[in-house]
Amino acid sequence: MTDSHELARRLIVAPAGIGDSDLEQVLGGLMSQGGIDDADVYFQLSRYQSWSLEDGRVKEGSHGIDQGVGVRAISGEKTGFAYADEISLPALREASGTVRAIARQGQRGRVRALRHTAGHRLYLPIDPLDSLPVEEKIRLLEAVDAEARGLDSRVRQVMVSLVGVHDVILVAGADGTLAGDVRPLVRMSVSVVAEQDGRREHGASGGGARVGFGYFLEQERALGYAREAVRQALLNLDAVEAPAGDMTVVLGPGWPGVLLHEAVGHGLEGDFNRKGSSAFAGRLGEKVASPLCTVVDDGTLERRRGSLNIDDEGTPTRCTTLIENGVLKNYMQDKLNARLMGTVSTGNGRRESYAHLPMPRMTNTYMLPGEHQPEEIIASVQRGLYAVNFGGGQVDITSGKFVFSASEAYLIENGKLAAPVRGATLIGSGPEVLTRVSMVGNDLELDQGVGTCGKDGQSVPVGVGQPTLRIDGLTVGGTST
Amino acid sequence: MNDISNPSPQEYYAIIETVLEEARRLGADAAEAALSLETGLSVNVRLGELETLEYHRDKGLGVTVYLGESKGSASSSDLSRAAIAETVRAACDIARYTGADPCHGLAPRERMAWDYPDLDLDHPWPIDAQAAIERALACESAARDFDRRIVNSEGASVSSHRGLHIYGNSHGFIGGYPSTRHSLSCSVIGEQDQAMQRDYWYSTARDPAQLLAPEEVGRIAAERTVARLGARRLGTRQAPVLFSAEMAAGLIGHFLRAIRGGALYRQASFLLDSLGQSLFPHWMQMSEQPHLPAALGSAPFDNEGVATRPRKLVDDGVLQGYVLDSYSARRLGMETTGNAGGVHNLVVEPGEQDREALLREMGSGLLVTELMGQGVNGVTGDYSRGAAGFWVEHGEIQFPVEEITIAGNLREMYRQILAVGADVNPQRNIRTGSILVQNMTIAGE
Repeated sequence: MTDSHELARRLIVAPAGIGDSDLEQVLGGLMSQGGIDDADVYFQLSRYQSWSLEDGRVKEGSHGIDQGVGVRAISGEKTGFAYADEISLPALREASGTVRAIARQGQRGRVRALRHTAGHRLYLPIDPLDSLPVEEKIRLLEAVDAEARGLDSRVRQVMVSLVGVHDVILVAGADGTLAGDVRPLVRMSVSVVAEQDGRREHGASGGGARVGFGYFLEQERALGYAREAVRQALLNLDAVEAPAGDMTVVLGPGWPGVLLHEAVGHGLEGDFNRKGSSAFAGRLGEKVASPLCTVVDDGTLERRRGSLNIDDEGTPTRCTTLIENGVLKNYMQDKLNARLMGTVSTGNGRRESYAHLPMPRMTNTYMLPGEHQPEEIIASVQRGLYAVNFGGGQVDITSGKFVFSASEAYLIENGKLAAPVRGATLIGSGPEVLTRVSMVGNDLELDQGVGTCGKDGQSVPVGVGQPTLRIDGLTVGGTST
Repeated sequence: MNDISNPSPQEYYAIIETVLEEARRLGADAAEAALSLETGLSVNVRLGELETLEYHRDKGLGVTVYLGESKGSASSSDLSRAAIAETVRAACDIARYTGADPCHGLAPRERMAWDYPDLDLDHPWPIDAQAAIERALACESAARDFDRRIVNSEGASVSSHRGLHIYGNSHGFIGGYPSTRHSLSCSVIGEQDQAMQRDYWYSTARDPAQLLAPEEVGRIAAERTVARLGARRLGTRQAPVLFSAEMAAGLIGHFLRAIRGGALYRQASFLLDSLGQSLFPHWMQMSEQPHLPAALGSAPFDNEGVATRPRKLVDDGVLQGYVLDSYSARRLGMETTGNAGGVHNLVVEPGEQDREALLREMGSGLLVTELMGQGVNGVTGDYSRGAAGFWVEHGEIQFPVEEITIAGNLREMYRQILAVGADVNPQRNIRTGSILVQNMTIAGE
């Protein structure tokens, strides 16, 4: 297998004639200012391609290139940051000159000699853009459209998009870190509108991974997204008003794991806990969930959308246990927050691009499986809601309140699934919701690879997952009282 | 900072010309290009100390070409001659594969902004990092000193950005203008009975002289945070809901998305075929005012070079027009409304009541000051979102509430608007006062 690190060097710094000694010199220049504790430079060369279909034809396509270098210097809790959107030695020197403004009186720091930090090999260092001829990409989109339209005459509109990203990064740090990565990422989204007796409803599906476009041809994956989007749209045509109020909620496996991402994930990011702004701050070792709950953040799953060989500070990702049998075990850390909290980075330092500062972010966040059959869990509920598909969510990490919006849900009546209900938002309190988990299924699933997480205006790809869960009391925001 | 004169604006205009020429050379029947450049500074302070100091410098070129009725697009952050040629070629390569659509193409030549007004959008702020830090510190300390229950801070920030936007197409139109955007914001944390709450406030303007004073922003952020302390839940019920001016802008935003051309021709809107229909109460008026001097949403032309012009969008509650670019207009058999890229200063005509008068009119109900999540279905208008705010009785605030949802259907909610307040925040693209809706479902304990 070609080495990601070597390939990254060849693609990014070598063409600009930037060698290790140049990087050491720039970092050394930063560290020789008074009181600089740490510094790093982050090179990125990112190319994307997208195609979209509507009215049965691929009518739009686009291609883009973005590249640059970000320079960061840290002094205590202070960070100075500048970037240039070209990769050259003069641009790098100019950006590093700008961030020196952060320096204060103090000891001069030292730069360790750069040495290559080995990362994982979770995905191949391929360029997904050229992984399938254009004609085949277009045929693939047309096949998805035909599949969706052929399934039911009530399907009125089908929109399909296909996006591929070839992201190459290289990071060098004053602590001696030198690590590169080649990160392929593809995604397909299918969206349909169905109509019946003047009522229109929407359905959507999709998936992706750190692979080439051929992924969507395997096991009829792309056609599967079409079938799933149509199923959801048709189901919604028969949906009744969602209930309003506090009730028992059963969450299906997989994508509903967005619950974990919002309810506990963000609140366990190191920056919020260092600053004491999270509802989970200072609670390591405390019981924050039912003993049935073990939640991890795992950046080391092969080919997954949320996985990384190394994070954006060059630290290899890992599987971090956040909550073990209900007890809070760890926060997710980047280098800055780990240093200030007296611990080590957990490989969660991520950034949207060279033009953004890294911070602690999730990778793939999921709950480990329990013992119950999913059918048993549904059968145990007299009256409640069974929610299996969700749109996005949001959390206020300080009050701990979080929401996530169901796009496919059913009433449970006397232990059996009843009518589908219209979309509704569920709201709860992060530090409380997992204490109400009374049953955990044995059917752990991860999502299909469509998640994007936003924090401080920065978007990064993530994954979620969970087994079927029973929660004894969550507020369902429907209209039927 | 704020230096975008290297190279000069004339050289950037020349880049657009180069792109269009290159497209012609490669056989494109029509082409358009947009170039954006931005420089900026942002500082964030927390607990009385500098936390981050960031220097921004971004540039981007976007190209769209048409080969017959087929379209291709490409973008690049590299403006070297070689990269420009590569970008145009990539767009042409794509257009060779995409399917033809007779609705594709540039906006009509006669709609170009051949002669456009200066909208007073460029107000550079000669502020250096140290002065920005001092302002942010003054803002945060005003917030932290406001009340002893303010126990922590997420910080205060000051940012200043200046950009140059140039657009040109093969009709021979080329236009550009510099603009600035400055802001000041603060977010603090309060604690009472071991429960924390946070809230924030901000001020944004083209002209730094129009920013609120740092102390004012800090004080409002702290006031809003303290007001939330002791929040409790509500029982599930039906009640009237008063959306604060900030939240009301979101409510109007959902309306604008539903009358956008893209949602309409895709039949993905709950407001299909609603032109000429009475969607709002008969006294409600909305207009688009793209030429307000120094306003955040002002623009002399849209993303296709079409001259923007003021228009009435809702007259006596009746929808007068959609929000269209040239493609969606052709799909609908209509004409572009100069909204490629969105609306420019949507103004909801304010009523006469201030917030206190609106609370009295509501009597008992919910004042919503924060909404969470994306629970809005644009196809059906179904609305269900997490909310926080205050429970009101006899026109007076009783206590803060949280962990509840409000739900309804937007079409119904728009019909049920009882009043629009006079409390408009002009520092927004959507300018509206608070909006009182007759009845919604509140879900809680």
